[in-house]
Amino acid sequence: MKTLLEINNLHTSFFTHLGEVQAVRGIDFVLEEGDILGIVGESGSGKSVTSLSIMGLVDDPGRITEGSIVFEGVDLTKLTNEQLAEYRGNDISMIFQDPMTSINPVYSIGNQLMEVILRHTKMTKEEAKERAIELLKMVGIPEPEVRLKNYPHQFSGGMRQRAMIAMAISCNPKLLIADEPTTALDVTIQAQILELMRSLKDKINTTIILITHDLGVIAEVCNKVIVMYGGMIMERSNIESLYDNPQHPYTRGLLQSVPKNVTGKKNRLIPIEGSPPDLLSPPPGCPFSPRCPHAMEICLKEAAPLFKISDTQFASCWLHHVDAPEVEGYVKVAGDENE
Amino acid sequence: MSEERIPLLEVKGLKKYFISGSLKNRRVLAAVDGINFTIYKGETFGLVGESGCGKTTTGRTICRLYNPTEGEVIIDGIDIAKMSEKELRPYRKKMQMIFQDPYASLNSRMTVTDIIAEGIDTHKLLVGEARQERIYELLEKVGLKREHASRYPHEFSGGQRQRIGIARALAVNPEIIICDEPISALDVSIQAQVVNMLEDLQDEFGLTYLFIAHDLSMVRHISDRIGVMYLGKMMEITTADNLYEHPMHPYTISLLSAIPVPDPKNSIRSKRIILKGDVGSPINMKPGCRFAPRCQYATERCLTDTPELRELEPEHFVACHNAETIRGI
Repeated sequence: MKTLLEINNLHTSFFTHLGEVQAVRGIDFVLEEGDILGIVGESGSGKSVTSLSIMGLVDDPGRITEGSIVFEGVDLTKLTNEQLAEYRGNDISMIFQDPMTSINPVYSIGNQLMEVILRHTKMTKEEAKERAIELLKMVGIPEPEVRLKNYPHQFSGGMRQRAMIAMAISCNPKLLIADEPTTALDVTIQAQILELMRSLKDKINTTIILITHDLGVIAEVCNKVIVMYGGMIMERSNIESLYDNPQHPYTRGLLQSVPKNVTGKKNRLIPIEGSPPDLLSPPPGCPFSPRCPHAMEICLKEAAPLFKISDTQFASCWLHHVDAPEVEGYVKVAGDENE
Repeated sequence: MSEERIPLLEVKGLKKYFISGSLKNRRVLAAVDGINFTIYKGETFGLVGESGCGKTTTGRTICRLYNPTEGEVIIDGIDIAKMSEKELRPYRKKMQMIFQDPYASLNSRMTVTDIIAEGIDTHKLLVGEARQERIYELLEKVGLKREHASRYPHEFSGGQRQRIGIARALAVNPEIIICDEPISALDVSIQAQVVNMLEDLQDEFGLTYLFIAHDLSMVRHISDRIGVMYLGKMMEITTADNLYEHPMHPYTISLLSAIPVPDPKNSIRSKRIILKGDVGSPINMKPGCRFAPRCQYATERCLTDTPELRELEPEHFVACHNAETIRGI
């Protein structure tokens, strides 16, 4: 497998009048070609800021304060805005949660699609139109020749999201970042869009980062997953191990707080008590420690490294340290990811 | 649920139309188009459906936040659908509402005390010392502290704000609380906290809930019985387990199959029915089953003849002409 994207020790902060909001606090991961990586986390976990950092779209007062984002050997954090623009839309493109805020309401869908194509390729107007029709067909919009002339308000929510996806894939990007692409949609439409995303991977061989708060959506489409909390990675794993054998108390808490419906029996939900950390003054240790049922002294002082559970699973929790007390379900391991 | 069921709220032929356009070109949006259901004392009735199906309008019309176009809303044996504001007043106490957006539903310029006490003040239930004591008691009931009483909404997180909204609803000792998507704006780890609290309060005060939501797995968890709506019509009503184990309406079947399951090895994906197209427009609708244009089993009759809810099995109501034959497939 060829490495497409490598993120090392990424820190992104927002400098507000209240102080520095540390949205992303030192995350590392590697994306190989053909991966569909899910990033799951609650609001404020840093998942969206991570994706905006990759795209170079972190606006004032925010900036990347440390770390590197290496895309095909080039560190994107070192590039100027003009150089980055060559990557954006071409090699890396993005789909947002609310299609209506990312599409211009006063231009027709076809106009906006062709603009992207003309901007990034050497096609003529006629060719671009052909390509636009082909793209709309690919994302499952009926009568693309007619629909091309429509304006965004004439599209339903699901169709707008399809049009957004068509725009995002128009230049065959190597990396597609989808930030909560189905959150604003109904479940039956969500099923359609997820199906489309799965098929895209086969059709144009794109590597995908899918950001969501829904563990169900991740399980449907991804092969790798990162669980974020308080700007840090709590667990990084292949898809099966995460659901079968979660190795971080936060991952467990998330999986437990979703209802497991068994016929004829009413189980009480197991919530995670407390509320997420304040990123203006995050706790010095593990961000989850104030809510963690197993929190130890060290957890409050120092964040744990990513312990290597297996070749494909890493968890940032001191319970995996050889000196930690035994807790059922958590394995002890010798080293972290760097060893 | 108790053995002997006492109806608390009966909705009969309820319609809510919104009319716009000019005299010549009248546009009638049938948000709720003749629905019937009964909620019994002490139960939780879930109302599910996709956006635009009329579930929120149903909740708001029952509360008389909207005036119904037609039909009856019977609470404790009395029809409140056509009452004047003045006549309605004593009945407003019986019904309270919790809203979806904990940011928009609390007045940011009022203290928590004044927000929670609004109902108490309107109905002149308590004053002075007793009023303040009641606020403290309510705050503790919803897991907040006494000190929170003098603060303003912006000092609270989304989950805490939703708790304030729940305390406000409880303040007048209602019999039924209409919960309109009370957890969908909250984070997953906070949702479970709020749901558990709603269940505890129900046990303690013998509350009845109408729980409106689109998160199907949470609805199954909290509800005793569930109604499924589509474009202003009730498609299916049955017990929670029955709905998920033996759905009979083709819409319910495809809706349930669309839920993403947090288990990468589940086999549902292969059985998934992916519906074609979108929910149609509720404006100037023609007769016939609302779901027919997207239904794989639709026959000619479905396009002309609107199906009514029929009790095909005890406690299982389905509005589909072909439910019996579909089940055999």
